[in-house]
Amino acid sequence: MPLAPSDVAKIAHLARLAIDEDEAARYATDLSKILDLVARMEAVDTTEVLPMAHPLEMNQRLREDEPSEPDGRALFQGIAPLTEDGLYLVPKVIE
Amino acid sequence: MSWETVIGLEIHTQLATRSKIFSGAPTRFGADPNTQACAIDLGLPGVLPVLNREAVRLALRFGRAIDAEIAERSVFARKNYFYPDLPKGYQISQYERPIVGRGRVEILLDDGAEKTIGVTRAHLEEDAGKSLHEDFHGLTGIDLNRAGTPLLEIVSEPDLRSPQEAVAYARKIHQIVRWIGISDGNMQEGSFRMDANVSVRPRGETRLGTRTEIKNINSFRFLERALVFEIERQIDVIEGGGRIVQETRLYDAERDETRSMRTKEEANDYRYFPDPDLLPLVIDGDFLAAATADLPELPDVRRARFERDHGLSPYDAGLLTASRELADYFEAVAARCGDAKLAANWINGELAAALNKAGLTIEASPLGSEGLAGLLARIADGTLSGKLAKQVFEAIWAGEGDADAVIEAKGLRQISDAGTIEPLIDAIIAANPTQVEQYRAGKEKLFGFFVGQVMKETQGKANPQQVNEILRRRLAP
Repeated sequence: MPLAPSDVAKIAHLARLAIDEDEAARYATDLSKILDLVARMEAVDTTEVLPMAHPLEMNQRLREDEPSEPDGRALFQGIAPLTEDGLYLVPKVIE
Repeated sequence: MSWETVIGLEIHTQLATRSKIFSGAPTRFGADPNTQACAIDLGLPGVLPVLNREAVRLALRFGRAIDAEIAERSVFARKNYFYPDLPKGYQISQYERPIVGRGRVEILLDDGAEKTIGVTRAHLEEDAGKSLHEDFHGLTGIDLNRAGTPLLEIVSEPDLRSPQEAVAYARKIHQIVRWIGISDGNMQEGSFRMDANVSVRPRGETRLGTRTEIKNINSFRFLERALVFEIERQIDVIEGGGRIVQETRLYDAERDETRSMRTKEEANDYRYFPDPDLLPLVIDGDFLAAATADLPELPDVRRARFERDHGLSPYDAGLLTASRELADYFEAVAARCGDAKLAANWINGELAAALNKAGLTIEASPLGSEGLAGLLARIADGTLSGKLAKQVFEAIWAGEGDADAVIEAKGLRQISDAGTIEPLIDAIIAANPTQVEQYRAGKEKLFGFFVGQVMKETQGKANPQQVNEILRRRLAP
């Protein structure tokens, strides 16, 4: 299942990656090879195999429901480009 | 042409935890902006999410309450999109393996029939922050206090066939999440938000029409109005020869219409993948048992019991089980005054009206179950007529003391003593010979005149049944 450079451009846009046309063509070839490998693995019988969600053979640890994080606003906003009234300011996102 | 509506709802309900789903930041509502957003909520480099046990426990309770399959092993996934109130660039959610699988709820339709609505799934996820678009010199203000708040997203099957059914289902889910104590369901504070997927098709057609999604509805009334508008719009488009475009729409309550939401993103393509920061969530039998062992009697079961044990109508029983607090209140009053029907009538009537007028819920009622039971006991034993009881109710509501104190202070005791009523009636008969003659000649309507005279003499305190009975006897020719 080969990827076209236009597929790569779309994915790059969704991921907000700036790539030019040459790169898109190169990534299309490289990514297609990975997909080919996956396609080859499709032939393997996996009926008895549990789908792997994580490479570690462990289960999620749970935390007790205790608030433990103090207010760090001053610290975090110290590295923000723009703040006002405790809010982070960003370019307007809706028209 | 006759059209059929198909609706499915996605409901986001905020889980009642003290800290966030993946961090130890507090979830208290109304804090100063960004004072409850820690490094994990901000998506700073090098941090790791750790799952909150309580959020998992609350999700399990919901699964059990809707008789759903519980996944022994569920997986967290990243839902990728860019928006400034989502600092990581992805929302941690569940995709292929949600914690709660297929379940169902029963809703009561207007005609009294029950209908089963399928729940496809319910999954755990984190909320995003809040964007404020006004008053920042053309910029957008971001408050990340809400980022990372635990949500349970409850997805229904497309089983709903009208706006009314959609509202009945949404109310049912709202009732359940509050009843089992997993969410405060506060709609003003955004703890319960609804998205509706809606399409229409010619009646008899089995394939689904193209759907639109109405996002972020925070009241049942708006849900109904948004759906009514959107269904009409879709039918108009199709009947006018057009086609429905699959899109997200917003409901504007002020103009009572839905509008296409212009987003910079073209297609929703979230590129979900398992979150490598989180391991699979495994629920063992002990955890599940402990999480669900103390589930209260569920609302439908309790409603049926009220009908059976107390002889209440389905309507009254339904009202009394709107919330667990109200159902508890009713049972306490009924047990104390010994007359469940009287208790139901007063709670659904006088008390509900007074609470509604004051904008209070039953938990904040100035009249406790003991106080109301005290009043009803005085009706049951004949001390008060229904009319006097309403006066006493108002006085208790206004804080003038309990029923007995008010009856004493205002002299509102009903006069049920024949020895007092009879001479009064005799005097009235003697003073109105013309009316007596007319009544005896067949002018039955005058009976009300005599009753009125007695009530006037007694300031409305005479026992109405007794007045009727004695009057009939004395006026008989």
